This record gives sequence, structure tokens and C-alpha cells, in this order.
Amino acid sequence: MSKRNFAAVIFFAIVAVFLVFGALMMHPFGEFNEDNYPEMDEYIIDNTQNETGADNGVTAVVFDYRGFDTLGEATVLFTAVAGVIILFRRLKK
Amino acid sequence: MSGMSRIVKTVTNVAFPIVMIYGLYVIAHGHLTPGGGFQGGAVVASGLAMLLVAYGSVWTMGKIKEKQLSVLESIGAFGFIGLAFLGILMVYLYSGLQGNFFNNFLINQDIFPIFNELGRGFGNINTAGVIPLMNFAVGLKVIAGLFAIVLVMAYATRLKGVKQK
Repeated sequence: MSKRNFAAVIFFAIVAVFLVFGALMMHPFGEFNEDNYPEMDEYIIDNTQNETGADNGVTAVVFDYRGFDTLGEATVLFTAVAGVIILFRRLKK
Repeated sequence: MSGMSRIVKTVTNVAFPIVMIYGLYVIAHGHLTPGGGFQGGAVVASGLAMLLVAYGSVWTMGKIKEKQLSVLESIGAFGFIGLAFLGILMVYLYSGLQGNFFNNFLINQDIFPIFNELGRGFGNINTAGVIPLMNFAVGLKVIAGLFAIVLVMAYATRLKGVKQK
């Protein structure tokens, strides 16, 4: 086994250990847990229609509560389009 | 020469308006039903890519240039950022308070009420303030951006054996 493969095996073993522990530490599905009670979920579910008037809570979060995230997404799309057009500019004529 | 067979073109002619209407519906009802600007824009761009596959890139490039698509995408981006900056300006003009970037300044006005006759933000398309306008801007941006990517890549690879430098 070469040195590169050995490093890869070590790395994936560490990643697998982290994944297994993460899966074991997940919240139980469908149970109410007092310790890590998701306040932000409850706030958004309760107040979305009052504050934004939108029925679709996901769109209200994406475009109103977390507008900067959408701005970043739009910037990523703009950069991708600009890169592709610059890359293929030479081939078209 | 360009494009696929007549069967594919006929099926595309039938399916293309339906795909367009569905995508624009998803964009316009982004604040009421599942979906939004990104998703509806992806649907419309998929319909345009179907047109591109059926009719060939040379025909499609004769109809619409990628420079026009760049202009459309820039209009969408400026509309989005402009609506975000208007949140600062309009709140200051209305109330003298300090507004925020991405403030939903249309939400308590007459044209975008929170409460209408059906209930709280229920079913009517003129709810949710600035969110539908941002949906339109992002939808325009996604349509133009994704179709520009597909169109430029298809047009650049139209010739077999392009000479490499």
C-alpha cells in the first residue's frame, strides 16, 4: 500500500467515525426534547404570516428573513454565468 | 440539417407552452405555493433547453443572442439589489426611522395588505409585500442565466473537431 493510499484510508476512517457519532447524536425523530428545543423553527412557524403576509414559509425565510443568503446565491449564479461566457467566447465565431 | 427529427420538433411545439406557463406560474405564486424564483426559473430554463435541443443551437442563436440574455440577467440582479436598497430609503421616507437592507417596506401599504377579505395572507396574490417582486427579479435572473449557460455551451460545441490551439 502506497503512502497516498494509506493517507486516504486514514482520512476516510476519521470521516466515517465522525459520521457515525453524528448519527448517534441526532435528535430522536418525532419526540419533543426540552434540552435542545428549536426556538427559531417555532418563531418562524408562528410569525411568518403575521410579519410578512406570505403563506409559503420557505419563500418568506429565503426572501425576507434571510435576504443576504439569497443575495449570495444570486452572486454565485452571476459569477458562474460570467465564467462560462468568458470561457466559451473564443469558440464562437 | 440543424436540430432533430420532425417528431421531436412537433412534440416540443406542443410541450413548450405548457412548460412556460407552469414555470411562470411557479414564479408568480412563489409566496403562496411551494416554489419561488429559483425553482420556477429553473423550470422555464429547462423548457428553453428543450427548445434548444430540438431545434439546434444555430437556429436558437439566430432567434436570441447571449448578449440579450446577459442584459436580462443584469436587469434581474439590479432589480433584486435595488429592491433591497429601497428598503432603507422608503422606510426613512415613510416614518423617519432607520430602515434595514432587505426591509419589507411594502407590507403594510394598501396594495400589499397583510389582512384581506379571505384572511391573513391567504390565497391572494397581492400579499407578502416585496417578496413577489423579488421573486420576479430572481426568476428573470435565473431564466436568463441558466439559458445563457446552456446556449453558449451548445453553440460553442456545434462543430465537430474544432481546432485546438
